[in-house]
Amino acid sequence: MSSSAVADLLLSVDGVTIDYSGFKALDNFSMTLQRGETRVVIGPNGAGKSTLCDTIIGRVRPSSGRVLFRGEDISGLPEQAIVGRGICRKFQAPGVLPTLSVRNNLALAARKDRRWWKSMGLGIPAAERATIDEVLETIGLAERAGDEAGALSHGEKQWLEIGMVVATGAELLLLDEPTAGMGPAETSRTAQLILGLGASRTVLVIDHDMSFVEQLQASVTVMHQGKFLKQGSIAEIRADAEVAAVYLGHAA
Amino acid sequence: MSDPTLLQRVSKALPWLLLVLAIVAPFALSAYDLNLLARFMAMAILALGIVLIWGHGGILSLGQGVFFGIGGYAIAMHMKMADLPEGELPDFMLWSGQESLPFWWAPFASPTFAIAAILFVPVLVGSLFAWAVFHRRVGGTYFALITQALALAFATLIISRQDVTGGFNGLTDFYGIFGVGLSSPGVPAALYWLTLALLVASYCGVRLLLASRFGMLLRAARDGENRIRFLGYNPTPFKVVAFAIAAMLAGIAGALFTLHAGVVSPALIGVVPSIEMVVWVAIGGRYSLAGAIVGALLVNIARDAVSSAFPELWLYLMGLLFILVVTLLPNGLAGLVASKRA
Ligand SMILES: Nc1ncnc2c1ncn2[C@@H]1O[C@H](COP(=O)(O)OP(=O)(O)O)[C@@H](O)[C@H]1O
Ligand SMILES: [Mg+2]
Repeated sequence: MSSSAVADLLLSVDGVTIDYSGFKALDNFSMTLQRGETRVVIGPNGAGKSTLCDTIIGRVRPSSGRVLFRGEDISGLPEQAIVGRGICRKFQAPGVLPTLSVRNNLALAARKDRRWWKSMGLGIPAAERATIDEVLETIGLAERAGDEAGALSHGEKQWLEIGMVVATGAELLLLDEPTAGMGPAETSRTAQLILGLGASRTVLVIDHDMSFVEQLQASVTVMHQGKFLKQGSIAEIRADAEVAAVYLGHAA
Repeated sequence: MSDPTLLQRVSKALPWLLLVLAIVAPFALSAYDLNLLARFMAMAILALGIVLIWGHGGILSLGQGVFFGIGGYAIAMHMKMADLPEGELPDFMLWSGQESLPFWWAPFASPTFAIAAILFVPVLVGSLFAWAVFHRRVGGTYFALITQALALAFATLIISRQDVTGGFNGLTDFYGIFGVGLSSPGVPAALYWLTLALLVASYCGVRLLLASRFGMLLRAARDGENRIRFLGYNPTPFKVVAFAIAAMLAGIAGALFTLHAGVVSPALIGVVPSIEMVVWVAIGGRYSLAGAIVGALLVNIARDAVSSAFPELWLYLMGLLFILVVTLLPNGLAGLVASKRA
């Protein structure tokens, strides 16, 4: 039992502290993700959720603790090397490339060889084109493939960036607030999109919207002030007095 | 409505018409006007590089004069050496009491070395400089300031080493290039056509580059450096290569300009000229290659007209023009013609 759990362990954040000149955005924080799992991370504003993503992708470096991916410490690797191992992140503010077409946004993401001298050419290789067409269908933007990404609505930009993260072929996807600014209909489409990614992907989703979290049917990790607070099913988290206090305390 | 309107047809044919006019210009223009046109076309080559780095790469360089100067001085040194009998020194060195030829002058006697220097010294200096800065993830404003400091330092260095550089007066009095006299019959026209050919070739080359995946990634690095970094790209080489290509175009421009103008001097390559180069492109349209060519030609024609009559006035006028364009026409003249970015 324990050996299969170890074999299925994809990511482990191990006692990580991120120190912004004295202020600990992450404070000895730990969590693990199993292969194929979808996990939701919630917590009040400023709890350190985006900082957790920043740490995993190497945008910030922990002052103590480690990040293990497939059992190897990645916390010192350059950003490109971390992406190369199969981790990709959607930013909280949509990070699509506004002057490129929707298709070209995906083409950059789907590109296998990212060295600069391999960029001296026109067009997209057939294998990558197939990936792009598939992702365009998945995110429902096939009709808009030729439009500039900057012309998309806010929700469509969120989907495009999710599509870019998917198109990289990464095994671990970090989605930072994918439903921010969406109405209920768009939110449930986003949930369908994430559910449709299937078991080949491990997804860490950060979100506030409880209806969205419920649709994902995933287990939930709660963060508070950079620390791990709770983990469990949605029902358990909903019933938890400590979690309620954290959220209410923030509202008050 | 499916028929192209007359206006559309004219604007489609216009570039070809201008190209034909440019080809036959030596038969129509006076020697003086042809020489001016050739100088301005040389500058347009540099302007193409600014579109590449500034428009599409978001890299504002206020130091393109440095690379223009490297090209200009390289060809000037070659012409100085080529005119010289064995073992003698260039005129200005004699006047300033220099006794022997500095070792770094000697290789410029070779035309191959001079051409290689024009092409590759700007590339080398540009890529080392850009790599050092972009590798440290220095932001755009600082980059602009550092390039300006580079232009200042370069011009100051040349002025301060009068004995080996010609100082403030620069290098002048050239007689021939590659064995032919600069003012022999047919030579000015041939050099003009060479400039035109290099301008057309540079235009096609940069256009192809901008249409390639490289161009796409350059624009992506401009608009979302973090996004492409966390898609697994290293944005630094894209910016460095673009900067090196712009430096090479500036070097070619400087060499051609020096051939036509018959002089290269610090006054042509320092801080103010470097800013003027950016102004040509701002006026023509920073995203548009055609706009940059038009901007470089028009501003220089205007400069020639104004500054021969009122030399003091030109800088004020250019400043005013720049402010007007930046506030009213952010995409320059090209933005007037088409609302789409080239
Ligand atoms: N670069 C930074 N420098 C200083 N403090 C930061 C920095 N980035 C984030 N923080 C602080 O860290 C805390 C956690 O931020 P963040 O991870 O964005 O929270 P969340 O995504 O959970 O809302 C916040 O208090 C924020 O102000
Ligand atoms: Mg956040």
